[in-house]
Amino acid sequence: MHTLKKIVWALLIVPVIGFAQVSEYQLDNGLKLLVKPDNRAPVVVSQVWYKVGSSYEHNGITGISHILEHMMFKGTENLGPNEFSRIIAENGGSENAFTGRDYTAYFQTLEKERLEISFRLEAERMRNLVIDDAELLKEREVVAEERRMRTDDNPQSLLREAMNAAAFVNSPYHHPVIGWMNDINHYNPDDLRKWYQMWYAPNNATVVVVGDVEPDAVYQLAQKYFGPLQPEELATVKPQIEVTQRGKRTVELKAPAELPYLMMGWKVPVVTTAAEEWEPYALDVMAGILDGGASSRFARELVRGQQVASGVSAYNSAFSRLDDVFTIAGTPAQGKTIDDVKQAIFEQIDKVKQSPVTEAELQRVKTQVIASSVYQLDSVFYQAMQLGMLETVGLDWRLADSYPDKISAITAEQVQQVAKKYFIDDGLTVAELIPMPTDHTTPRPTSGDPHVR
Amino acid sequence: MFVKFSLFLSGLLLAFSVSASPQIENWQTSKGTQVYFVKAEELPMLDIRLVFDAGAARDPKGGVALLTSAMLNQGTQNKDTDAIATAFDDVGAEFSAESERDMAVMSLRSLSKPDALEPAIDTFVEVVSQPAFPEKSFERLINQVKTGLQGEKQSPSAIAERAFYQQLYGDHPYSTMPMGTEASVNEITIADLQQFYQQYYVANNAVLVIVGDADIKQAKSLAEKISSALPAGTKAPALPAVEPLETAREVRLPYPSSQTTILMGQPGLTRDDADFFPLYVGNHILGGSGLVSIISNEIREKRGLSYSAYSYFRPMREAGPYQFGLQTRNDQADQALEVLKQTVMDYVEQGPTEDQLIAAQKNITGGFALRLDSNSKIADYLAMMGFYQLPLDHLETFNSRVNAVTVEQIKAAYKKRIYPQKMVTVLVGGETE
Repeated sequence: MHTLKKIVWALLIVPVIGFAQVSEYQLDNGLKLLVKPDNRAPVVVSQVWYKVGSSYEHNGITGISHILEHMMFKGTENLGPNEFSRIIAENGGSENAFTGRDYTAYFQTLEKERLEISFRLEAERMRNLVIDDAELLKEREVVAEERRMRTDDNPQSLLREAMNAAAFVNSPYHHPVIGWMNDINHYNPDDLRKWYQMWYAPNNATVVVVGDVEPDAVYQLAQKYFGPLQPEELATVKPQIEVTQRGKRTVELKAPAELPYLMMGWKVPVVTTAAEEWEPYALDVMAGILDGGASSRFARELVRGQQVASGVSAYNSAFSRLDDVFTIAGTPAQGKTIDDVKQAIFEQIDKVKQSPVTEAELQRVKTQVIASSVYQLDSVFYQAMQLGMLETVGLDWRLADSYPDKISAITAEQVQQVAKKYFIDDGLTVAELIPMPTDHTTPRPTSGDPHVR
Repeated sequence: MFVKFSLFLSGLLLAFSVSASPQIENWQTSKGTQVYFVKAEELPMLDIRLVFDAGAARDPKGGVALLTSAMLNQGTQNKDTDAIATAFDDVGAEFSAESERDMAVMSLRSLSKPDALEPAIDTFVEVVSQPAFPEKSFERLINQVKTGLQGEKQSPSAIAERAFYQQLYGDHPYSTMPMGTEASVNEITIADLQQFYQQYYVANNAVLVIVGDADIKQAKSLAEKISSALPAGTKAPALPAVEPLETAREVRLPYPSSQTTILMGQPGLTRDDADFFPLYVGNHILGGSGLVSIISNEIREKRGLSYSAYSYFRPMREAGPYQFGLQTRNDQADQALEVLKQTVMDYVEQGPTEDQLIAAQKNITGGFALRLDSNSKIADYLAMMGFYQLPLDHLETFNSRVNAVTVEQIKAAYKKRIYPQKMVTVLVGGETE
């Protein structure tokens, strides 16, 4: 879900930049700690990342990692429901959490002297969560509302969900992070307790701290609060490697909407799975050639030149845990159809296959990657996010440093090679949104489950 | 959208202590543009915001303000759309033009090394000062807006927001949606945009913000370069005051969604409002502090009725909205609305407790440093302060003014200003089964 563009030490750009390197520590119980000083402002962001998310789930309990994330605010052996949030609020902090396919993460941003509060509370809920039956019943309703808001009443989200469910057969990327509505309605407290017991342990967690801090002092604090926690015997994660796709798949989805929408996904390797290490980076460059700024090919040719689309996007997620899809999505311009957009996109892909991208385009993408690696340093939160995500999908956080170099090494021929190799019909899923009338005569969509009354 | 976001932020957050306030330099260019500069040389980058009083509140017909800002990078006397796009992209610079109700904001982010910054600035100056309004781009952008309007019609929250603003503002310019309507967009001509540009995109109607890796001398020369490229012009006239609502209104719009989106509210605060602090802190307790607010507790924590339930003031030049919102499945809509209304009425009647006030003050003031921990946040604040002409010590005095608010002041301000019986309520969704 998040584009993982990388930070750089900017050595190529400016000789000296006032930022320290990342310090890495491991506690005896297996907890990993990454600390990166950034003393521009007297703040600290603290994030706890767990190696669990919807790609760890099986059918029937989909979305359980996400609702567990909600329940993590609902009380522990020593904290009442919502007390966690109240303590952070009283300390001027901001906090929240997010769940993805490959991770669940919790964060607080605080004035730098108050990091200890975050560690004390996070250590408490790492091992001492209490799943209260009544609280869970209420939270199922909240999550159902969240699903209605984000997915069921949003036609483009529904299409994305449908495309993933068709593109991935046995890979857990098949199911949505928030879970199917029918599964949401049937979680029971023991499901949650088991899931928590299985994954929430110091040896399955990475703590990332970025801000105006001193690494060894943070390490001492981590030892004090996380050090005493008992590790868990972790479950073996099954490989769940997606079966080879043998032919194009097409999906049509009908929903109340005004605008048609096209989404296409091609199966591609990612950094964790690639046999050729450079291929995911070449795919990132290809995404930049097609959709990196107003001078990219999609903006220039499809939106401005042919005026076939009002918008087209290209997105590669090189840092997923499992094989993923390279996604291209677009909305037809006024008077144009889904087929027009589709054809125009295929013509652009064929161009990349047929002739190498120009040196100027390649240089532009590389320049943009280096520039954005500097811009990203403006956010302490984003810096922490990059480190935590890389570590949690099973990569080395040092990739955050080396990403611009990896991109800079990509040649026009390599972009052409990945285009030819992966942009083939046998790896393609095409999903189309068919708009249904939005007047009130249309039957209301449901996500396959009448609500529980 | 940046403008929306910054207004939202500045309404909700904002708390500073003297120690962490950035050193703000403020001056006026020879052409009359107010400049706000903060030096931040830790990162080799520079942010610029050029803000005009040229939002939809100035719109002669809905969509003109938005399209004017969107046309700037479509062509100049010397460059076509592709050449402008290439000029920014090739040096890794990011340009954007946004337009909401009060502000039109042109933003540039660039690396500060001269071989990136100089061409980026040159292109920026050219784009804001010599737009050519090419016919071909104009037709395309009109079509883009039409697609955008269709997109709104498939989003229950966008449908609700449009109805909410119409009901809240009636004949006031704030009722104009930045994207206009299908009818208004069909009437727009290039001449409308040129005239709008000539009237409002002028030095005396602009505020310039510079944050990043530059010294004061560089900043002054940069500000002079940008400002002097614009005609002096005159400041936009005052907007009419917003009339309070006289009676409650409820609008129900059928839509085939699984949830009903509810918006409720009334005109709220101006940026320089005398009741700003009691109402801002008071709302923080009621619905402005996320999961720990009273509304979230009643709607989400106690009853599981909605994923998100909130309230906020969006302070503007004239009274911006005081907005309450939630979404819930259709058959619970009336129940959720009832709880929301009761919660607001109780609060207006009783006010907060002393403990709630202290917790809110601790939250707002204790989070001081977080509000200014990046160049982009600092730039957003400076744009807000400059645009609304807040005093330069606004940040330094903010915490003490928050701490000075009493329970009695909040009660009095809510009784005087907030009328739950006269609010606009919009419900968009399906019928109950």
